This record gives sequence, structure tokens and C-alpha cells, in this order.
Amino acid sequence: MDFVAPKIALSGIAPEIALAATALLVLLADAFIGDRPRTLRPEHGSARPGSGILGNRWHLPLLSLIGFGAAVYLALDAWDRVDATGATTQFSGMIAVDGFSVFVKITLAVFGALTILLGHEYLVRRDLEEGEFFALVLFSVAGMMLMASSADLIVTFLALETFSIALYVLVGYQRSRLDGQEAAMKYFLLGAFSSTFFLLGIALVFGATGSTNLYGEGGITSFLATTPAADLSLLVLGAGLLIVGLGFKVAAVPFHMWTPDAYQGAPSPVTGFMAAGSKLAGFAALLRLLDVVLFPLRWDWRPLVIGIAVVTMIVGSILAVVQDDIKRMLAYSSIAHAGFVFTAVIATNDRGISGALFYLATYGLTIVGAFAIVAVLGGPEERRTRVNDFRGLFAAHPLLAGILTLLMLSLAGVPITSGFVAKLVVFGAAVEAGYTWVVVVGAIASAIAAFFYLRILVVMYMVDAEVAEEPKAVMGPLSIGVIGLSAAATLVLGLFWSPLIELAEKATFFAGP
Amino acid sequence: MNAIVDFLGGDIVVTAIVKTVVAFAALLLTTLIVVWAERKVIADMQARIGPNRWGPYGILQTLADGIKLFFKEDFRPRTADKWTFALAPVLAMVPSLLAFAIVPIGDHITIGDRRIDLIVADLNIGILYFLAMGSIGVYGVVLAGWASGSKYPLLGGIRASAQMISYEIALGLSLVPVVLAAGSLSTVDIVAAQAGSVSNVSFFNGVPVLEQIAELFSFVPNWYIWSQWPAFFIFLIAGIAETNRAPFDLPEAETELIAGFHTEYSGIRFALFFLGEYVHVVIISAMAVTLFFGGWGGPKPDFLPWIWPIGWFVFKTGLFVYLFVWLRATMPRLRYDRLMWLGWKRLIPASLVWIMVTAVVNTEGVSRNARLVVFGILFVIVLFWLGKGDPRLTGAVTPQRRRVHGPS
Amino acid sequence: MNIEVVVFGVSFVVALGSSIAMLFAKNAVHVALFLVAAQVALALTFLLQGAYFIAAVQIIVYAGAIMVLFLFVVMLLGVDRREALIEPLSGQRTIAVGLGALLAAEIVYVAVKGTEFVIGGRGEDALVTINEDPGNVKALARALFSDYLLPFEATSVLLVVAIVGVMVLARRMGHEGFLRETTEDEGSEGAETDAEVPA
Repeated sequence: MDFVAPKIALSGIAPEIALAATALLVLLADAFIGDRPRTLRPEHGSARPGSGILGNRWHLPLLSLIGFGAAVYLALDAWDRVDATGATTQFSGMIAVDGFSVFVKITLAVFGALTILLGHEYLVRRDLEEGEFFALVLFSVAGMMLMASSADLIVTFLALETFSIALYVLVGYQRSRLDGQEAAMKYFLLGAFSSTFFLLGIALVFGATGSTNLYGEGGITSFLATTPAADLSLLVLGAGLLIVGLGFKVAAVPFHMWTPDAYQGAPSPVTGFMAAGSKLAGFAALLRLLDVVLFPLRWDWRPLVIGIAVVTMIVGSILAVVQDDIKRMLAYSSIAHAGFVFTAVIATNDRGISGALFYLATYGLTIVGAFAIVAVLGGPEERRTRVNDFRGLFAAHPLLAGILTLLMLSLAGVPITSGFVAKLVVFGAAVEAGYTWVVVVGAIASAIAAFFYLRILVVMYMVDAEVAEEPKAVMGPLSIGVIGLSAAATLVLGLFWSPLIELAEKATFFAGP
Repeated sequence: MNAIVDFLGGDIVVTAIVKTVVAFAALLLTTLIVVWAERKVIADMQARIGPNRWGPYGILQTLADGIKLFFKEDFRPRTADKWTFALAPVLAMVPSLLAFAIVPIGDHITIGDRRIDLIVADLNIGILYFLAMGSIGVYGVVLAGWASGSKYPLLGGIRASAQMISYEIALGLSLVPVVLAAGSLSTVDIVAAQAGSVSNVSFFNGVPVLEQIAELFSFVPNWYIWSQWPAFFIFLIAGIAETNRAPFDLPEAETELIAGFHTEYSGIRFALFFLGEYVHVVIISAMAVTLFFGGWGGPKPDFLPWIWPIGWFVFKTGLFVYLFVWLRATMPRLRYDRLMWLGWKRLIPASLVWIMVTAVVNTEGVSRNARLVVFGILFVIVLFWLGKGDPRLTGAVTPQRRRVHGPS
Repeated sequence: MNIEVVVFGVSFVVALGSSIAMLFAKNAVHVALFLVAAQVALALTFLLQGAYFIAAVQIIVYAGAIMVLFLFVVMLLGVDRREALIEPLSGQRTIAVGLGALLAAEIVYVAVKGTEFVIGGRGEDALVTINEDPGNVKALARALFSDYLLPFEATSVLLVVAIVGVMVLARRMGHEGFLRETTEDEGSEGAETDAEVPA
């Protein structure tokens, strides 16, 4: 019995490798190139020579962006391959190379790149170290990508932990803020708690099927295909725990407790990244697991997921209404949005999967822009994030107010914005699958949700005599660029949605056994 | 009798029990001799006479001390934690004794038709077992410090845990290249891999003069000290630090902490600590011999062929024990920050680099030892490079600067 | 009845007993020690089953590394008094008993139905054959470097992320940290060393 080295094809995880390598390069470059970080040179003070808006440490964001560019390029390369030869698995069945994973990876890379741009300006303004921030963003995107393409529960868990740990730290990155530290601690404890659920789920699935692999020989798919559905209660129990573990990551009720605190305490660029990326990665794993691998068991898990979806939509929308802080409000809104995506999961059809991909892509672009606006208005410690702090924004910054209006309308799901199209697609998929009543609940929740988006708009446009302090936007070219991009994407995808939807539909194919 | 043998699981278990008892007795006897030898050697080095009352050359001195300690009153401070206080000395000694199980002290002997390997247990995870016992050994010192309920022992205990954890990493990493080279975690296999003469003698085959010169060196045994010398030095330094002996005896630094973690111990409990430390010294020496100096390997004349390997093993181990004593008599104690600096910033990076080098060299396979020598030189250069830029190498640490390093 | 049963019995009693004792011990250090005892006893049962590598790793990682760090922190923080016994959530004991009973019932259920549930997988015989032919360590290495290569490498990325994270969170703050303090005290004299302070 000699050792047989496995055949290794890297096209499946090339984007992840590119990002991880870039992250290490960023750490090295941070240590050896350019000005030393300020904390180590206190005599320089904040008047650092040559610190424009790009600072004299522009090489780090540039390097990170190159990393994301390389990841996109490699993902497109993988797309060409799977387009030609069909979906496969790599690394002894650990990695699924299929259209779904490629679509998710490219979307994640876009979110990551936007976060880098926002983060650079945010950190330079607050005089914080950047190297580790960029490295952690790169690592977490790599983890999210790995999660999207993992074809083995062990890999899924490792990917989940990789991006979660990076996010815990990013949430508490600005350590002078006590609420940030509190948020990081809460997020960490509850995240660790949810990881144990996920692990126990893996253990039970392994106990039931004898494998953690999704597609390979003797894996879960082939197990379900060959075994008569005699007594699968252990497998169903395991699947339920996996849903709980992933439900934490996508902030579904009742696993949402961390969301408002973490979203509020985190630096706003990180919050936007969490809302966009963490949700996409979590749903990618959920979609692959539930709609593809456990498709034969759909009658067992669907009631649970319907329950989660309904409760998430309702609770998220209602609690958002009573919030006074705009970051907490957006947190609850993101919970409600997770509920909307769950309706697509319930549908278990191709339209649902592609709809969920479209939904998460457009939602991510919108929410990154929204949190970018919060970041430029919040002040150095992000204390000015209450709804009343936006009073008179229209008078002070009309264009910014206009863009925020557009983004809020998109989140509310008003026509001519991408949010409307996205809701239409996922609700359409659910109706097609015969879950009209869930869609009705979703529509009611959307109506409730519209209230708080409109509340911000009202406050913004009101010119009040007793404004204590006018909203003051501090933004440089990078923030303006990201906000503009987000607004443009929201508007354009609301008018010409078909290319992206078609792309998502084209990408909806999975590696098989 | 047969019933008992059957109950125990047959002959194998009986053999194992006999081996265990013999090894235990031998180890304790060795310790007695080592303690006496240390006192004598240090006395010589300090131009004193040393113990000379009990037995010839005072060789029974340790026994007398042991009896004295056994009958001494056993103090326990009022603030001490009763059970932990009692447990700590046992935990300090037992893991060291257990670690001896994987040391091959000789080849094998044949009694009747039964072949008995001169090792208590040839585990296929031998090296890991050694590390596991080392990591358990930390508890003895740490708990002693905490359980005494007194401040100097606590400081000693904290120092000890920090030091032992730090150097355990380097110790473990220094064993990896040896395992890579031998291709096994079993100590028996590692000793077997070092049999024969240096294998890179054939490297010069065909080269006119060098061939003859190389031939002259064919008597040199193929020990890992030649190809793995960086690993050996890291192992040795980390091993000395693991035993908490000079120059790494900060946990019990007399001038700063009275006696560190065992300040409050007396009588038989102190004797256990004392014993544990010396057993540990013997174990580290024996492991150094096993891993880097060919274990029991050596010339084996026909007369009593089984006793020669044991003799060689004891001789080599004795040399290392002497080294320990010599160091104690020579080296001043390290300062705490230098200790951490050495462990984390030198030994650990160095062993990581060396693991990489060994791994790369082993994949190519050809003329391995010659490559290792070349890489060893490279390695020294890397070390030198690592040494640059450290503030403590470029200037003395003044009190003002010390404040920068102190806790906030 | 042979010695294996006796050893298993001892480790069973030690593992279970120290786990239960852990729950009732009032001193943080004692809790940690009972946990160590449980870990060592578990390692012994791994040995009995022929999983040597896991047994060694169990001791090195859990008993040797993690629990020593636990003790280290306990000693440094001095949390050996009974502060932690005030319960911020009232009624959590009752809920814990209920949930514990539920868990126990689940375990009994699974244990009773165990053989029906577990359909795949290989049993103890497979371990024995593996131990005989390539050996425990080699078989593990082969699995790790062929089928499980990707998880193995992904773990290294995970660890790097954790290290970077710890560094970020534990780094001294430039604003109100004491680096500023020293420069104020000493002026430019301390400045050149400050650049070299290990993070």
C-alpha cells in the first residue's frame, strides 16, 4: 500500500488561493514597505508627511484590489472551463467547480473590492492601521468563496470559521470605540455558539450517512439516492442543526440576536461588508445544501425553513420600525431581507436559486452604498448615526440625500430600483412552487418595512428650524466613487435587470455525484 | 500463577510489567548516582571537596539525604490548597519517569526462546509520547506555584509555565526534522536509521584524491548530529530550558524568588521535586543520545554482545548529564526578557526554517547529507540576519528603555 | 475479563467522575485539573482502541497546551475566588436541568437505536487492519495528504487569520497607550527605541 499522491487541479480554488496569497503579501508589504504605522512612531503625530486622502500607504489598497482583480479573472477562467466541460469536483471531491460557485465568487470579489476602497478612506481619516484590515478582508472573502464552492461539510466548516473569525476582529477593529469592542465580543460569543451547532450537525450527518462529502463516492448525495427512506431521522436532525448554524450567519430569526449590536458597533464599511458578503456566503452554503444535496429530503426540512422565513420577515420588519439608530435599523432590515431570500430557498427550483443569487447580489450592492453613506456622515467615532442626525440632510447635501433616497427605496422594494426586481424574482419563484401564502406574508412584511425607510426620507427632507447640528459629510474620492457606483448599480439593475438575471440563471448548475 | 498471567493478558503483559519495574528501579538508581556525581563535579570545579562522608567518595550521600528528607516534618502553609499542594510534586515526577518508556537502552536480549527488546514500549508514536509527557510535566511546577498560596512560589509558577510552554514549542519543532529524516516517529526506527557509517562518503566516489580522503572517514557513524546539527542545538537548548536548570532556572531563581515554585515544600514532597528534576535531566540526555548520537549504537565485540549497546548508551548519556552539570557550574542565569527573546524570536523561527530545509532536501533524496551541510551554512546566514535589528544587540537596555517594555 | 476491561473501567470511572466533579468544584483551578484528568482518561481509551496518534494529540493539545494556558490565565487574573457564582440570569439552573434531561434522553435514544442509525462508516476491524499494515501514523498521514489535503491546508489559513486577529486586538493602542506616555516623559530620548517595541 504505497502512498498515491492525489491529482490536484487548482482551477476550482484559484480565486481563494489568489486572495490568501494577496493577504499574506499585504501583511509583508505593510511591515517592510513605506512609512511605518503611526503607533510605532508616536513622534510623528497625525501630521504624517504626504498624508493625502490616499496617504503615503496607497500600495496596500492597490495590492488588495489587484488581488480581487486576480480572483475575478481566475473565477472567469474557471467559468470558461466549466462552461466547456461541465461541472466537476476537485481535490478528492472537496471542491465543487460549477456555475453557482463561480457566480458567487465574482459577486463576493466585487463586495470585497468595494470594502477595500471604503475601508482605506475610513482608516486613513481615523488614523488606524490598514495592513491587517485589508488582510482580514481578503482572508474573509477567501473563506466566503471557499464556502460557496465547498463540496464537503468539513471544508464548509473551515471556510465558515475562516471568514467568521476575520469578521469578529474586523467588527472590533476600531478599538478606541467601546461599543465596537462590545459588539465584537457579542458577535464572537454567539458566533462560536452557532459554530458548535454547525459542528454537531456535521457529526450527526456523518453518523447517519458515514460521510461528510456531498457529492463523492459514498457521499451524502449517493447515500440518499441508494438508501430507501427508511429511518433518516438522524440525518434530518443533522440537517436541522446545519440550518441553525448557517441561520446564525445569515441573521435569520431566531438566531439574529447578534445582528443589531454587531452592525451598530462595527465600522460602517465592515458592516456593509458583513451585510453583503456574510449573507451571500451563508445563503450559498444553504442553497447548495438544501436545494441540491438534501433535495430528496425537502419535505422534511421545508416546514422548518418556512417557519424561519416567515418569522424572519415579520420580526425583522417590525423591530426595524421601532429603531432609533440608523445602523440598528439597517441591521433589522437586513434580517428581514434574509427572510425574503429564504422564500427563494423554500421554492427549491432553479428559478428560486437564480433569484436568490440575483437578490443577494443587488442587495449587497445597495447595502454597501447605504453603509458608505452612514460612514461619511457618522463622524470619527460614528456617534452621529441616529435617525434625527439625518435631519436636514437634503439642505446640506442634496445629492447625497438623493442617493440615500434611491438606496432606501431599493431596500423597500419600490419599482425602478433593483430591490423591486429582486423581490419580484424570489416571490415569483415561491409562487411557482406553490407557496403563495408565504409570499403574501412577505408582501405584508415589505409593507411594514416601507414605513421605516420612508421615515428616514421624511426626516432627511424636512428643513427644521431647530436642527442642533447640520449633517456634515466628510468624504473623499473613494467614498464618492463607491456611493456613486452603488447608486448607479441600484438604478441600472432596476431598469435593465435581464442581463444579470440571465447570467444568474445560466450559472445555476451544480456539480453532481 | 497461570491464572494471573492469563488475567493480565498473557506473556506480553508480564514481560511489560517486568520491564517497567526494572526500568523504574534503574532510573531511580541512576538518579541517585547523578545527584552525587553533580555534587562531586561541581565541588571539583569550585575547588571544594564535596560529599565524602557516606560510603567511598561519599557515594551514599544521596541515600542519606533521601532518608533525612523522608523523615522530615512535612510543612504545609495555612493558605495552601490542600489537595493541589499534595498533587503537584507527584505530577512533577511521574511524567518524567513515564517518558523513559520509549527510550531504547540497548538492542535486545534473548532469554530462552524469547526475544526481549531493551525498551519498555516501542510505540509507533514514540516521539509524540515523549512530547506528551513533557507537556504534562508542566503541571507539577505550575500547580506547585499556585497551590502554595504564597507570592514567591506563584511568581515562580507563572515564570515556569511561560518558560516551559515557550520552549516546548521549540523542543517539539526541533524533533520534526529528525522524524522527517528517519521517516518514523518510533525511537527504535530512529536509532536503526542511524546505524552504519556516514552515507555521504560515496558522494566523492570517482574523484581521485577526495575519494581516498573520504574513505578515511568511513569509520564515522551515520548519526544525525552530522546532518541535523541545527536541530540538535535547538533540542539541547530547549531541553535544558524544559528541565528548569541553569542557565534557565528562572522558575526557582534563588536570588529573586527564594526557591521559586518549591519554596513552601519540604520533606518528602520536596524530595519528589528534586527527584523529578534529575529524572528529567536523564531523560533529556537519553533522548539527545537516541535522536542525534545513534542511541545504543557503537562497536560491538563478540564478548557478551548484548551488554555493549547498553554500555554505549550509558556512556553517551553520561556525557550529556556531565554537560548539564558543567553548564550549571559555568553559565549565569538568563534575564527573563532574554529568555523569551531566545525562545520565541530565535529558536522557534530557526526550527521552522530548518524543518523547511529538511523537508525540501528529503524530497530530492540524492546526496542528502552534503546538501544538508550546505543548507546548514545557509541557515547560519539566516540566523545572522534574524539577529540584526534587535535593539538589545545594538545597545544596552537602560532603565528608561526598560520602562517601554514593561507592562502598562 | 482481561486487563483491557480493567483499564477501560478505570479510565471510564476517571473520565466520568472527574467530569462530574468538574461541575461541582468551586475553584477554577480545580475545575481545570478535573478537566485535565478527564482528557487524560479519554486519551487512555483512545489508546485502548488502537488510535495511538489521537491519544498522543489528545494529551499534547488539550492537556498540554490548552489547559496549561487556562491555568496560566487563571493564575494571572487571580480568579480563584468564588466570584463567578453569582448568576446573572435567574432560573437558568432549572432550564439547564430540563435541557440536560432532554439531552440525556436523546443520547439514550440514539444509543439504543445506534446500530439502526449508523449505516455507513467502518468499524474497529478497519482500524486494526490499518494499524497492522501501514501503521496508525502513516495511515493518518496518507489520509491527510491525499483526500483531506484541502481541509488540512484550509486549516492553516484559518490559523493565520486567527493569529492576525489576535495581533490586531492585542496590539497596544497608539492614542492612549503608554507609548505616548513614555515619549512625553522622556522627550526624544525614548523615541528611537519605541520604533522597535515588539507588538
